[in-house]
Amino acid sequence: MIPAQFDYLAPTSVADAVAALAEHGDEAKVLAGGQSLLPILRMRLNAPGVVIDLGRIPELQGVSEDGDHLVIGAMTTYAAVLASEAVTTHAALLSKAIATVADPQIRHRGTVGGALVHADPAGDVGAPALALGAELVIAGADGSTRTVAAEDFFEDLFATAVGEGELLTQIRIPKHTGWGAHYEKFVRVSHQWSIVGVAATVRSEGGSIAEARVGLTNMGSTPLRARSVEEALVGQPATDEAVRAAVASVNDGTNPPSDLNGDSDYRKHLATVLTRRAVLAAAGA
Amino acid sequence: MTITEDRPSDAATPEIGRSRARKEDQRLITGRTRWTDNIQLPGMLHLAMVRSPFAHATVTAINTDEARKAPGVVGVITGADIKDVQGAVANAWPLNGEQKTPNHLPVVVDHVACAGEIVAVVAARTAAEARDAAELVDVDYDELPAVLDLKEAVKDEVLAHPDLGTNTSAVWTLDSAAQGSGTDVEDEIAAARSDGVVIEREFRQQRLIPAFMEPRSTVCDPTGEQMTVWSSTQVPHILRFLVAATTGIPESKVRIIAPDVGGGFGGKLQTTPEEFATIAVARRLGKPCKYTETRSESLLSGHHGRDQWQKLTLSARKDGTVTGLKVELLADLGAYVGVVGGGVPVLGAWMFNSIYKFAAYHFTVRTLLTNKTWVDAYRGAGRPEATFAIERMMDELAAELGRDPLEVREQNWITHGEFPFTTVAGMTYDSGNYEAATAKAKELFGYDELRAEQKHRRESNDPVQLGIGISTFTEMCGLAPSRILGALNYGAGGWESASIRMLATGKVEVLTGVSPHGQGHETAWSQIVADRLGVPFEDVEVLHGDTQISSKGMDTYGSRSLVVGAEAVVRAADKVIEKAKVVAAHLLEASVDDIEFTGGRFGVKGTDKGVTMPEVALATWTGHNLPDGVEPSLDADATFDPDNFSFPHGTHLCAMEVDTETGATTMRKYVCVDDIGNIINPLIVEGQVHGGLVQGIAQALWEGAEYDDQGTLVTGSFVDYTLPTSADTISFVTDHTTSPSTYTTLGTKGVGEAGAIASTPAVVNAIVDAVRAFGVDDILMPCTPERVWKAIQKGRSVPGEGERDAQPHFDEGVPNQDPGAATEGSQA
Ligand SMILES: Cc1cc2nc3c(=O)[nH]c(=O)nc-3n(C[C@H](O)[C@H](O)[C@H](O)COP(=O)(O)OP(=O)(O)OC[C@H]3O[C@@H](n4cnc5c(N)ncnc54)[C@H](O)[C@@H]3O)c2cc1C
Repeated sequence: MIPAQFDYLAPTSVADAVAALAEHGDEAKVLAGGQSLLPILRMRLNAPGVVIDLGRIPELQGVSEDGDHLVIGAMTTYAAVLASEAVTTHAALLSKAIATVADPQIRHRGTVGGALVHADPAGDVGAPALALGAELVIAGADGSTRTVAAEDFFEDLFATAVGEGELLTQIRIPKHTGWGAHYEKFVRVSHQWSIVGVAATVRSEGGSIAEARVGLTNMGSTPLRARSVEEALVGQPATDEAVRAAVASVNDGTNPPSDLNGDSDYRKHLATVLTRRAVLAAAGA
Repeated sequence: MTITEDRPSDAATPEIGRSRARKEDQRLITGRTRWTDNIQLPGMLHLAMVRSPFAHATVTAINTDEARKAPGVVGVITGADIKDVQGAVANAWPLNGEQKTPNHLPVVVDHVACAGEIVAVVAARTAAEARDAAELVDVDYDELPAVLDLKEAVKDEVLAHPDLGTNTSAVWTLDSAAQGSGTDVEDEIAAARSDGVVIEREFRQQRLIPAFMEPRSTVCDPTGEQMTVWSSTQVPHILRFLVAATTGIPESKVRIIAPDVGGGFGGKLQTTPEEFATIAVARRLGKPCKYTETRSESLLSGHHGRDQWQKLTLSARKDGTVTGLKVELLADLGAYVGVVGGGVPVLGAWMFNSIYKFAAYHFTVRTLLTNKTWVDAYRGAGRPEATFAIERMMDELAAELGRDPLEVREQNWITHGEFPFTTVAGMTYDSGNYEAATAKAKELFGYDELRAEQKHRRESNDPVQLGIGISTFTEMCGLAPSRILGALNYGAGGWESASIRMLATGKVEVLTGVSPHGQGHETAWSQIVADRLGVPFEDVEVLHGDTQISSKGMDTYGSRSLVVGAEAVVRAADKVIEKAKVVAAHLLEASVDDIEFTGGRFGVKGTDKGVTMPEVALATWTGHNLPDGVEPSLDADATFDPDNFSFPHGTHLCAMEVDTETGATTMRKYVCVDDIGNIINPLIVEGQVHGGLVQGIAQALWEGAEYDDQGTLVTGSFVDYTLPTSADTISFVTDHTTSPSTYTTLGTKGVGEAGAIASTPAVVNAIVDAVRAFGVDDILMPCTPERVWKAIQKGRSVPGEGERDAQPHFDEGVPNQDPGAATEGSQA
């Protein structure tokens, strides 16, 4: 498994990285944790002339707080997110989902930014980012930045709003302090991508659900948000019966794939079961 | 599992039976050892293979110009270039004289019969340059229609090898009436149809990939008098023989070394196209060459395992006594007949009747060629298929009769007092005790409690149902008596060889003809020899895997190493003792008849005079004071040809929980009580059992090689070929009963494959048991959540399915039918 030859650049600032991207155009590929990119290079499914490693850029690292937002640098590893108390406190759903990604080795290499830009519909980070209403900060060639809502970020299979010459720099997540959260990941073996995953986070008030956010993994070409379920859950008690009824519409707008792990109809069936379970667990029921 | 600390040797405690940590572990685990890919030779070139993306095609042109010009490239070699010198990948076990065996060239010349076949080899100064240049080789193919499905292949409409005129390679039959070992199965089935029970089922043995840890690698140094080949193989001796036999290089000019080898599971008992190609290219260029496959190449081009349809008809009396079993198999060989490819299903022929006393038995296998990766031995080879079939059928019979499946088994099995027992298939089982193993397993499992819980869950309509699966298996291993192999048309013997060299300093070298690839032979053989010769464990060095050192052998597969290989070691040790006795008697000025050998010391009966083995070894080496006519050497060789196979057995009990809402299955408990005769090293046995169990469980739940309709392997990486990890398994409860083998000195039976043979049906039986109440009586393997869930939906949708007539007759003339058609579709 030897990749085709490429040149390697390791800029130390976002400005330099963006400049390098501008210089090399579509010859260049950005390297984050490499957990998706390196297998692609090694299987020779892609052969960029230049690889730009973001690993030496301090400003892309780490978790911080900015008022009612959490700010996660694009190059923050899964392991660092899991170790962050701020994330556990204010965006528990993200921690819960990330804890299910692959194995510890991969979680020490793979980054949140890399996962979002890679945009594998079976990846576990998109659905919680969507459910939590994350905003993605993108740096452009001219030194400008723009912010894109998660809803507009995922465009298609492996396609996002990050354009040529651009970098994802930050993930801004509105704090969901005090919300219960659960990520229900359905796999056949432990180190697998989600066959279906459901990310649910719930704010409870006086024994019933006051607000709910639900994101779906691998139920279409992008992560999806189950808005009709979110609405139906408002005001419902966290009982099996009530939640079962509220999640019935979960498949509105889904278009899951068929593969060795299950056909599309089976995935739709799973989505109803897993959404109920995720919501009940998030509500602490 | 208990972790036992290494204890230093002390003569009082026998080595045999000690849980010694393995000698070889440190170097193997750290990788600081001679893996083939670690070998670097001066001037060595690196090879990359150009492989066909098509399943069936004619190669019309190969343009190598661009590749030749690429940096570092020394040569680009096509099949045509080495047509007459590359040798052939051989089949050593033609089932009969009529078998169709397509010629299997290492580098194809014009006909590609499966995706991944090598069409050209690039040699360059570095591995990266070779890989880069391989992309530049331009091959023109004319695609041919491919036959991919076993049942399609039977029809002979599309041919895998058009020149053969048929896809059938061979048909092989064993019939108890014909060979006089039982009655006629058709009579028994007819009788049962009118007044008894007939169970008819068809099971699928899916295609598996022996995913050994170390990918295959070969280094060939063609310089010097003897060509030296290092290869990650289970079979250095067989490779040497076949290189000589198919290339014309004199055997005496070939040295094969299997250095440390990281797993095989049968996947490395092949002599491979890659080995032959590496040798041919190295010889052509006159330079040492190395080829190491990538994991993707390994999954695609290493041989695969299993892949059968099994059609079974079992007849019984109403009281549950089984009267007959008829087995009709279709076995997919893939594109070629591997070294023992056609023989693998036949190795199961004696095992479908398993531990039971059936009156009649019939077995037929039709082996078929298709345009997929070739199929050969994979851990268990033939016996897992047989065990799966019969153990699933015994559960189906019990369900039909509404009786406890263990009780129905007990009614039919060979009782303890009946050994030695000659079965309806014609094998003589020397020893065993099915009652003892089953009693112990039931107790460890908490069988009655789990049955009670199952009942409760059923009655309370729990969304999580519980099932209990049973597998009371036996198998035949310790391959093999040479005379039997001869009768089966096998191309070699089944003996094993060993030598012991007594060094002047009292240390001992043991040369063994078997070729370990992760089993721990060095440790176990040291324990055996330490006890036998009365020397410290640490003083024994076990040498293997080099045809220049352990020059004779039949290598490692079929759980034969301990049973056959170590028996040769014991016999060589006994010869050393006999030789040493003569020298000791002389040194002690006593008669040989008065010498007693115990604990490493030769003593004179009734006196306290004695000499130790190391003292005798030193005296022999100096040669200063030996009896007249005695050679100054204690070294000895032995070759052991077994009289019989080895028949380990055991009772495996598995509890599975099935989430009926999703079809997800979770293992709750797994207990196995294996009877593998005497145990040399309990820790190694534990490791073999655990590994085997996981591989068998993986067949039931996770693994399956799938092709698309173009003949492309869809499960071509570990993303899709879902191997389990330790995170997917539970802690197994393992224990033993002991019925020593009666025909070897050590009384051991093979354990290398037992776990993999036994566990698959235990798991599937448990899942089917959990959902039988919904009208389910089979689920295709791997039992994915989707298949389990769909089986439940289908069962629920057919009214009365749960109590349906259990005698659906197979349609006339249809070779096999597909019970899983409803769920198979989703595999496309
Ligand atoms: C064995 C295995 C199992 C896995 N299992 C799972 C799983 O269960 N669930 C799961 O969600 N994922 C899984 N993954 C994928 C893993 O999460 C990856 O790490 C992740 O998808 C990509 O993150 P990365 O940092 O490694 O990115 P890289 O692989 O370095 O990059 C991925 C892509 O994003 C681009 N990119 C990266 N960062 C930026 C940036 N800041 N701006 C612009 N473009 C960028 C790269 O150019 C590349 O195209 C698994 C991976 C492996 C190898």
